[in-house]
Amino acid sequence: MGDDIAIRVEHLSKSYDAAGGASARIYVLSDINLCISRGEFHVFLGWSGCGKSTLLNIIAGFVEKTEGHVLVGGMEVEKPGRERGVVFQNADAALFPWITVRRNVEYGLRINGTPKRARDEIVNRCIKLVGLEEHEKKYPDELSGGMKQRVQIARSIANDSEILIMDEPFGALDAQTRRLMQNEVIDIWQKTRKTILFVTHDIHEAVYLGQRISILSRAPNATIIRSMDVPSPYPRRLAQGRLPSLIQEIQGLFDVEYEI
Amino acid sequence: MCLFLLKKGVVTLALLLVIWELASLFNSVDFLPGPVQTVIGGWEIVRNGVLFDYITISFLRIFIGWSLGIAAAVPIGLLIGQFAIVREILEPFINFFRFVPAIGFLTLFLMWFGVEEESKIAIIFYATIFPVIINTIAGVVSINEIKLQVAQSQGASPFQIFYTVTIPASVPHIFTGIRLGLSGAIISIVAAEMLAAQSGIGYLIYTSRLYFRTDWIFVGILTLGLTGYFSDKLLRFFGRTALRRYGVKG
Ligand SMILES: Nc1ncnc2c1ncn2[C@@H]1O[C@H](COP(=O)(O)OP(=O)(O)OP(=O)(O)O)[C@@H](O)[C@H]1O
Ligand SMILES: [Mg+2]
Repeated sequence: MGDDIAIRVEHLSKSYDAAGGASARIYVLSDINLCISRGEFHVFLGWSGCGKSTLLNIIAGFVEKTEGHVLVGGMEVEKPGRERGVVFQNADAALFPWITVRRNVEYGLRINGTPKRARDEIVNRCIKLVGLEEHEKKYPDELSGGMKQRVQIARSIANDSEILIMDEPFGALDAQTRRLMQNEVIDIWQKTRKTILFVTHDIHEAVYLGQRISILSRAPNATIIRSMDVPSPYPRRLAQGRLPSLIQEIQGLFDVEYEI
Repeated sequence: MCLFLLKKGVVTLALLLVIWELASLFNSVDFLPGPVQTVIGGWEIVRNGVLFDYITISFLRIFIGWSLGIAAAVPIGLLIGQFAIVREILEPFINFFRFVPAIGFLTLFLMWFGVEEESKIAIIFYATIFPVIINTIAGVVSINEIKLQVAQSQGASPFQIFYTVTIPASVPHIFTGIRLGLSGAIISIVAAEMLAAQSGIGYLIYTSRLYFRTDWIFVGILTLGLTGYFSDKLLRFFGRTALRRYGVKG
């Protein structure tokens, strides 16, 4: 096992107790195996309700697994941790409305007692990275949806999380802002070399962003039916090279899996 | 213009005064004094300073009891909301005593705390704590799970989460509790000053009947109502300005 593995998932299953009785356990996720390298941009693609959030929540440490292993930096995940920064889809819930943008970004650093000098330097850099210099004194409810997501991203990077876990972070944004944010994430990823776990149900978004895409089958018993590399360099154009055929291929997989 | 007056409550007030005056015309002063008679009677105790003394002393009792009540109830509510064990132990007590009104404790508090200020403040305190505790619990329990998850994945310890997330996120509910607590405190000032008091608005209301000064009872009632009305307005103003960031709405 090389040092370049960020996350290893082995035979991971997750079941919830069936509402009716103890006998019938419903497995949402079943036998997920996965290996994510350090610095990889990994996208999980699957339709609504297939268990993408469940998978990310287990990796983030919010939800307990039923069987198998989830190793981050070689250690079994038991609870949330600093090294796994999370960007939530619901930015309104995920930001603290009673403090300014700057204070939100600073949150983790204050919590772990980083001295003010170092803190200011880091926060300035991260706010600049996401282009919020002009807005750092504002409060979250004075920001647009895209700006709120930038705050979340800056907050995780400021806290020096090695891994960014993003569950449909741009799902609530309009098409233009969405594309803008996608480019931004690519840019940030290239500058910081974080490991990114990104969930989406949008094939185009997956192909535009992912270095590697894991496609989930539908629930119950969802598993990864296929993992594929996207070798194209960034920035990508979805209409060029072998991307159109890749999109078609994935669409074909979905058509079979989801019987459209 | 008409709508403006209606909005500001002027129409309601005028209507009330007219009905009150009309009703008083058919009754004796001792039974139902009208607004004019009430003002005349009220002027008497304004001029000799008694009313202002009474207002001051009642305000002080309300304020002290209410403040102490908040100081005790907020931590209790936070602990009950946060820790299941504390909830198991304390919730039955709270659900029992919150149905016993402050006035029920009048005699007991007199015995326990004496005839001085302590017993009156204890009544106000008692009336304040339940709405504050119950609303604070609601605030803690209704915190969005995501906020706690954010703090956890930023590396916050349970204690850090408690004071950086749980407390600020509960502020709107706590504030609602404080407002309800104030109305509870004002309501029970009459009970607090019913026995063994020599002054206060409650005392005025309660003893004026002995002198057949029904107009003074009305003065007392008006004073209490106006006190409540304006102190709540003031409190709400404070909420929507100073606590706006915490999500308190006027
Ligand atoms: N606490 C729970 N108890 C029981 N079932 C649950 C629970 N949480 C999730 N599930 C079920 O697990 C399945 C997967 O849910 P999940 O939220 O992971 O899907 P998703 O792929 O993220 O969907 P979406 O794209 O809509 O966000 C769903 O069928 C859901 O009903
Ligand atoms: Mg989801």
